[in-house]
Amino acid sequence: MSDKNDQEPGNAECGAGAWGRSGAAPPQYKLVPSRARRFPWPLLVLAAAFFVPTVGSRFYTFLANDVVIWALFATSLNLLVGYTGLVSFGHAAYFGIGAYATGLLMKKLGVPFLIAFPAAGVVAGLCALVFGFFCVRLTRIYFAMLTLAFAQIVWAICFKWNEVTGGEQGMPEIPYPSFDWVERLAAVLPFVGGYRTSDYYYFTCLVMVALCIWVLRRIVGSPFGRMLTTIRENAERAEFIGVNVRRYELAAFVIAGIFAGLAGGLFGIFNRGVFPDFAYWTKSSEVLIMTLLGGMGTFWGPAVGALALIWLNQQIVSYTQYWPLILGSILVILLFVFPGGLAGAVIALWRRLQRRPAGA
Amino acid sequence: MPDPSFVFAQSLSGLTAAMFLFLIASGLSLIFGVLRVLNFAHGTFYMLGAYSAFQLVQWIGVGPGRFWLAALGAATAVAILGGLVERFLFRHLYGKEELYQLLFTYALVLILSDCAKIIWGTQQKSVSRPPELTGAFHLFGATIPHYNLFILLLGPAIALAFWFVLQRTRVGRFIRAAALDRETLGALGVNVDGLYTWVFVLASFLGGLGGALIAPMRATTPGMDTEVIVEAFVVVVIGGLGSFWGTFLGALIYGQVLSFGILFFPRFSIFSVFALMAAVLIVRPWGLLGRPLK
Repeated sequence: MSDKNDQEPGNAECGAGAWGRSGAAPPQYKLVPSRARRFPWPLLVLAAAFFVPTVGSRFYTFLANDVVIWALFATSLNLLVGYTGLVSFGHAAYFGIGAYATGLLMKKLGVPFLIAFPAAGVVAGLCALVFGFFCVRLTRIYFAMLTLAFAQIVWAICFKWNEVTGGEQGMPEIPYPSFDWVERLAAVLPFVGGYRTSDYYYFTCLVMVALCIWVLRRIVGSPFGRMLTTIRENAERAEFIGVNVRRYELAAFVIAGIFAGLAGGLFGIFNRGVFPDFAYWTKSSEVLIMTLLGGMGTFWGPAVGALALIWLNQQIVSYTQYWPLILGSILVILLFVFPGGLAGAVIALWRRLQRRPAGA
Repeated sequence: MPDPSFVFAQSLSGLTAAMFLFLIASGLSLIFGVLRVLNFAHGTFYMLGAYSAFQLVQWIGVGPGRFWLAALGAATAVAILGGLVERFLFRHLYGKEELYQLLFTYALVLILSDCAKIIWGTQQKSVSRPPELTGAFHLFGATIPHYNLFILLLGPAIALAFWFVLQRTRVGRFIRAAALDRETLGALGVNVDGLYTWVFVLASFLGGLGGALIAPMRATTPGMDTEVIVEAFVVVVIGGLGSFWGTFLGALIYGQVLSFGILFFPRFSIFSVFALMAAVLIVRPWGLLGRPLK
C-alpha cells in the first residue's frame, strides 16, 4: 500500500489540515536537508530532557513535566484532527476519563502505578469506542457537536457523582507511584538515586510519553496511518477504492482516545489531584489551540505547540494575570498570519531560504 | 408526587429560563443558518450585554425607566461590537477552513472575557429590577415575580417579531436566501457582504439583549459566557441548527427538562440535557425541526 520511502519522517504532511478542500495534494517538500534528517533528533531531545532535573531547578522540572504530558495529549488529538480530518471538540473527555481511572485506582484501591497507568488507556479507549461508534456516523459540524455532547456528559457525571469522583471538589491527593525500588537500586549502583520523588515521577512520565509517542509515530507511518490521511484528503475516493471509511475513522478515534487517556492518567498524578474541569469543553479547545499552534498534520508540531504554549504561559503569567487575553491574541495572529502553525511557519521560511540560492 | 402548585411553579421557572435561552440561541442559530459557523463568542456577547447593562444603570443614575434605557443601550452596544468584529476580522476567514473560523470565535471568547475582567473585575455585579416590575402575584399557589411574567411575555413577542422580520421584510427574504444559496443571491445584485454584517449585528443584538435582561435575575459574573454558550448549543442542536422555530422548541424543551430534572433527579439534571443533546444528534442530527444539510 505504501512503500518504505513514504514512511520517512521528513515528509511533512502539511498543507491541507482538517476539513481540507478535497483534491488538494499535500506538497511533498523536505523540511530539513537529508543529512540532518537522518539525525535522530527526537532521541537527542529525549536525552536532553533527562538532564532537566540535574541542570534546572525544581520549577523547570515541573514545567518540563507539564510539557511532556500535554505533548502526548496534543499529539493524540492530532491523529484525529490533523491526520484523519475529524475535528473533535470533546477530546478532553478521554483525558478526564484517563485521569479519573488512574486516580481512582491509585487513591481508593491502592493499585500500583504499573497497572493503574495502562488502565487509563484501556478505560478511555473503551469509552472512545462507545462514543466514537456514534460520532463517526456524523460529519463535520455534527461530528464536532456530538463529541462535545459526550464530553459534557462525562464532565456532568464527574461533577455530580460525589461518592466516586468527589464531585465538584474533585479528588485531591492522588499518591505518587512508589519509587522505593529506585532507592534500593541506588544502594547498589552509582549515579542512580538522590532525586526528589517529583523528579522520579518526571523520569517516569518521560519514558512513558516517549514510548507512547514512538507508538503513535509508528501508527502514523504505517499503511493504516496513510489510509487515515487518504480519508482526510478525500473520504469519497477512499470509499470508492473499497476502504471502510467509518471503521478507519472509529479506529483513529479509539487510538486517539487511548493516548489522551494515558496522558490524563499521567496528568492526574502530576497535578496531585483530578478535577471535573479536566473534561470541560474549554480544556478541549485548549488542546486544539496547542495542536494548531504547533502545526496540524505535522507529526511533531503539536508537541512543539505544547512546549511553546506552556513556556509562553509561564513567561507571561509572571508579568500579567491576563493570560487568556494574550492567548486569544496569539490565536488571532496565528489564524490570520500563520495558519500552518509554528511548523508551517518554519517550513515556509525554509522553502523561501531554499528557493533563493536556486533562483540566483 | 410533589404538590401540583410546586410543579406549576417549577414549569414556569423552566419557561422563564427557556425564554432567555431562546433570546441567546436564536442569534446563534441565525449566524449558523446564514454563515454556517458556530459562534462561540455569542455567549460572550451575552455576558457583555449583562455587564454593559450594569454599567449603564450606574451611569444613568436615578431616573424613570433607567433600566429600560440601559438594557436597550447595552444591546445596541453589543450589536455594534458584533458588527465591527464581523467587518474587520471575521470577514477575512470566510474562505478558510471551518475549524479556523471556530477557533477564531473561541479566540474572541478569550479576548473579550478577559477585557470584561479588566474593566469590571471578578466581583459579581447585580442590577436591581426595574421599579415597575418589583412586585409579585400569586397563581395556583405559586408566587410569580412580575419581572418573570414580563420575560414570559417578551420571549414569544420577540420570537414573533423576529419571525415577521425573516418572513415578511425585504431584509428577511435576503437573509433566508443567503442561507440557501449565497452565490446566486450575490449574482442577483444583493450586497451579500453587507448582509452578513447585518446578520451579525442582529444576532449580537439578541445576545446582548438576553444578557441585559437576565442581569436583574442572576448575578453577572465572569465565566457566565462559557456556561451559557454550551446551553445555547444544546438548544440549537435539539431544535435543529439554523431552524428558527426549532430553536424556540429547543429552548422550551431545555427549560422543562432542566427544571423538572432538578425537581425529580437533582443529581442528573445537567447530565440529562447533554444526554438529550447526544440522543438528538444520534437519531436526528439535523434536529427536531431542522432540515438535513445537503
